Amino acid sequence: MSQTLFEKIWESHVVVEKENGPSLLYIDRHLIHEVTSPQAFDGLRMKKRKVRRPDLTIATMDHNVPTSKRTLQIIDQTSAIQIQTLEKNCKEFCIKLFDMNSPYQGIVHVIGPQLGITLPGTTIVCGDSHTSTQGAFGAFAFGIGTSDIEHVLVSQTLWLETLKPFEIQIEGKIRNPFAITAKDIILSIIKNIGTDGGIGTVIEYRGQVITDLSMEQRMTICNMSVEAGARAGLIAPDQKTFDYLRGRKYTPKNYEDLVELWKDDLKSDPNAKFEKSFRLNVDDIAPQVSWGTNPAMTSDVTETVPSPEEFAKGDEIQQKNVEKALQYMDLKPGTDITDINIDRVFIGSCTNARLEDLIEASKVVKGKKVSKKVRAMVVPGSQMVKKEAEKMGLDKIFKEANFDWRESGCSMCLGMNPDILKPGERCASTSNRNFEGRQGAGGRTHLVSPVMAAAAAIVGHFVDVREMEIN
Amino acid sequence: MESFKKVKSTVTPFDRVNVDTDQIIPKQFLKLIHKIGFGKFLFFNWRYDKNEQPISNFVLNDKKYNNSKIFVTRDNFGCGSSREHAVWALKDYGFDVIIAPSFADIFYSNCFKNGMLAIKIESKIVNKLMNLTSEIEVDLENQTIKTKTETTSFQIDSYKKKILLEGLDDITLTFQYLDKIADFEKKTIIPSVL
Repeated sequence: MSQTLFEKIWESHVVVEKENGPSLLYIDRHLIHEVTSPQAFDGLRMKKRKVRRPDLTIATMDHNVPTSKRTLQIIDQTSAIQIQTLEKNCKEFCIKLFDMNSPYQGIVHVIGPQLGITLPGTTIVCGDSHTSTQGAFGAFAFGIGTSDIEHVLVSQTLWLETLKPFEIQIEGKIRNPFAITAKDIILSIIKNIGTDGGIGTVIEYRGQVITDLSMEQRMTICNMSVEAGARAGLIAPDQKTFDYLRGRKYTPKNYEDLVELWKDDLKSDPNAKFEKSFRLNVDDIAPQVSWGTNPAMTSDVTETVPSPEEFAKGDEIQQKNVEKALQYMDLKPGTDITDINIDRVFIGSCTNARLEDLIEASKVVKGKKVSKKVRAMVVPGSQMVKKEAEKMGLDKIFKEANFDWRESGCSMCLGMNPDILKPGERCASTSNRNFEGRQGAGGRTHLVSPVMAAAAAIVGHFVDVREMEIN
Repeated sequence: MESFKKVKSTVTPFDRVNVDTDQIIPKQFLKLIHKIGFGKFLFFNWRYDKNEQPISNFVLNDKKYNNSKIFVTRDNFGCGSSREHAVWALKDYGFDVIIAPSFADIFYSNCFKNGMLAIKIESKIVNKLMNLTSEIEVDLENQTIKTKTETTSFQIDSYKKKILLEGLDDITLTFQYLDKIADFEKKTIIPSVL
């Protein structure tokens, strides 16, 4: 019978199948960070249980780590305790940890692929919703809660209800690939299907536009699948995927044999049935800017902030929600997106802090200065990204333009470390969530691509990057 | 985990759509390394003003809902971050049941690991429940929600129902299948990381 890629991966990982209920799935890779794991390790200790497969488990610290000098002490005691707790737990349970001083430290979803831990056709979990990023490699990668972390630690399996395969076909041709990025594609998708459009599904992104994207851009798309409500997003692996993972630190020794098996099998069959489908044409797509308090509240940069009535299309509950969002964002309907002034710029996060993101943003910044009204920072996704960027001299371009050039971590995507917005501050951010208070209580987040964030930093307000002069 | 049978209580109407887990439990409280005591931080930024004084028109600050165990809300509740702290906070605050037309997947799954019954039910029923001031009874065994005047049934998969009714820990359940897990490990083609 014809199967989708997701169904193939699912089927090849079923350990126990029940007629009316969840299946027990085997988990190939378990990634861990400091925020969602302490209570899971406590559970193990309480019941005197062990980690079943430390050799399939990798940990790093990313959410709490300061992005200022690594040699400085962590001032926030609760952050320090959480980091020490991870160190202690990894030592006690023999788990490989990339700590703050490791050259491999970074945002968990950025280092997985960079280290060759992420592999096609595998199941990957982490106590973090953006695990979906790694679906770009044709893996079923999804976020779990702390109870499930404990379950995977002890059994290397999870009970999971089946999910529906959801096909998103991306058609057309991007006219200006410098200005129209993967971030604009995924924001357009979420704007169309809503933040609950993908509930109960795993999205497979398909079409020539996806094939033409680089691996790093594919990760940006899969990363935000969860913002559309999907449990995971994935893209069938191809030559680009196999080439990306070749020769990395933890790429398996028998990699070429695996590629032989994967290359014919890891794709949806021609007649496979998807339970849901959506098509996006990218011919006329513009750079996207979010104006509200969830990622579906997004407009083209050429548009204005919509009125609640216009956006809600007769849905009273939604209308009330948009009214609250505009009040929180301090925006009036009808305001041109390009008239919105900003105070801060954050280029970072698991969505957009890989090498290509920094290269593209640096092209906008080169030879210019950040607006005097704006404080801007670049936080590379990992130490490996940072080092490669420095080798290319990107750090100099950003610093000369008066950007802060930081150490790697989640940073201002969620502000668990000292990088936060002050109440009322408005930020152009390359991250994934514009929820109330996400970047700091009272802070206002606008989601954009790295080139759009860089352009806004220079001008002090949003601007259509297609109209910028690029050096 | 304690077993879950019936809950009788007034409802707390939480009339918002797409409530994300960042609102349910803001990030500053995720630094705590234990599971207990999150109730006081539930909806912190919506519940308290800058001086940490209760905001009077926020529903949880209305005395009439003080002892409510049933939380009724709108579509896509619990979206965003996977943080289980959101369920710990709702449970610790005193809620045992959450009723909504739809839930975010990870949040929904997290509920059942913590003895929280999450019920998916049509919007028109939610509309009715939002406006009720009298007590309702949620009966898991019979899968019903009873108000003074009517009884509505709800769907739940048999595995989740059993977990709650018997207060089971799914790790214990999984341990019955250790031989099958070992068999799987013998035949998998995916090598170890290390």
